[in-house]
Amino acid sequence: MLDPYKIREDFPILKRKVNGNPLIYFDNASTSQKPKQVINAIKEFYENHNANVHRAVHTLSQEATELYESAHEEVAKFINAEGMEETVFVRGTTEAINLVAYAWGLHNLKKGDEIIVSLMEHHSNIVPWEIISKITMAKVKYGEVNDDGTLDYESFENLISRKTKIVCLSHVSNVTGIVNDVKRVVKVAHENGALALVDGAQSVPHMPVNVKELDADFLAFSGHKMLGPTGIGVLYGKKDILESMEPFQGGGEMIREVSFNPKTKGCSISWNVLPWKFEAGTPNVCGGVGLMEAVRYLKRIGMENVKAHEEMLTKYALPRMKNCEKAKIFGTQDTSVKCGIIPFGIDGLSSHDVALFLDNYGIMVRSGFHCAQPLHEIFKLSSTARVSFYIYNTREEIDRFTEVLKEIGQF
Amino acid sequence: MVTTEDYVARTDGTCGKEQDVIVTFKYDKKDEAVKRILEKATTKKSIAGIVFEMTFKNFSFRLYGSGKAIFRDLKNKDELNNLLSELLS
Repeated sequence: MLDPYKIREDFPILKRKVNGNPLIYFDNASTSQKPKQVINAIKEFYENHNANVHRAVHTLSQEATELYESAHEEVAKFINAEGMEETVFVRGTTEAINLVAYAWGLHNLKKGDEIIVSLMEHHSNIVPWEIISKITMAKVKYGEVNDDGTLDYESFENLISRKTKIVCLSHVSNVTGIVNDVKRVVKVAHENGALALVDGAQSVPHMPVNVKELDADFLAFSGHKMLGPTGIGVLYGKKDILESMEPFQGGGEMIREVSFNPKTKGCSISWNVLPWKFEAGTPNVCGGVGLMEAVRYLKRIGMENVKAHEEMLTKYALPRMKNCEKAKIFGTQDTSVKCGIIPFGIDGLSSHDVALFLDNYGIMVRSGFHCAQPLHEIFKLSSTARVSFYIYNTREEIDRFTEVLKEIGQF
Repeated sequence: MVTTEDYVARTDGTCGKEQDVIVTFKYDKKDEAVKRILEKATTKKSIAGIVFEMTFKNFSFRLYGSGKAIFRDLKNKDELNNLLSELLS
């Protein structure tokens, strides 16, 4: 088991007070806090190694390049990818999914083809596919969700056919914390000749994720939800698929050669090798360095320990939240199929009222649709409040949170 | 003449079907803003003197001691501005 009290010492922000109260940060599904190791790595990079990568022969550029490439390698090992060729750095999960939608979708989808997504997806795994379907005339089909928020596997898998070209599913729902059996769905996609994309934004930071075991063709996740800085994320893709794809954006870094032909008065262009083919322009070098340090931090703790800690907190929180007058928890409470995300409401109060009330006591929770409006419509909810845990949260924080929740119930 | 800009740092529409508006008062003016509103509007309920269920004319809203307020069922931004202007004057 990990020691959250020892871990907390690494997070400077957790020492601050909000509205006169010690900060309790329960909005980790939105973004995580950053340990001093990550903050120092970013500072160290800008103070000692800052330069553009893959451009110059001078010392600083070589140091920056080495760090940036090491970051790709570190991330590749973290998810058990073959190597850095399979780990494209992007801005975050949203950009990773858009990259696949545009760079693969635009060239491989046509009228009559189908894209399968679930109704529990974050908007970032719905909207890019709707945009691409309008351009390519392919059809987006939505798999149903059961009343408890779990995926209706039968309905979802029945949608997958030879017409299906890609199946897109979140590994963990950002609203309910429900863990989907993506391995099972990936297998069905492949049996039908379709590709499978897994949104790992809520799984990679919280549990061991092995791309070889999942066998997904793409896995998208964000650095900022796993102790890293904002503006850096990862698209994992199987090497042969990434190689077969056209680039997403054009510019520097992603080309091997741009040669002007005076006879044709046009340019002939060849693409750079992976992963740079998909990283046009000067990349977020510092973000990559910060992400590398975040990955190293998580590896030192051990992802099995991260998962076990969050499971312990969830099991601790659920009965205490249920004990609060007027509190209602949405979705399944079976901790064998969910991780540290709990959506809830208080009778008679909007989720924003609940969040503002908690904010008064220094407790940060998210309120609203959490970028998953279709799922809220299924639950017939106008919005929800959500607590989400991470490595630095403690049972004492949950005790304080439920004390305040009881006060809200009296309002 | 008091303007809402003197007190209000930002107004945000909320995410969700409710379409509430959250008003955040300027940090150095929040205590004064809360005091003025408490004097103008009627307190229906409060908890520990930090959360207030309030009414003013035909509007109901919640005021938080941390310097925020949440308004419901407003027609548009002008209605919010007029309301704030009256509450803070």
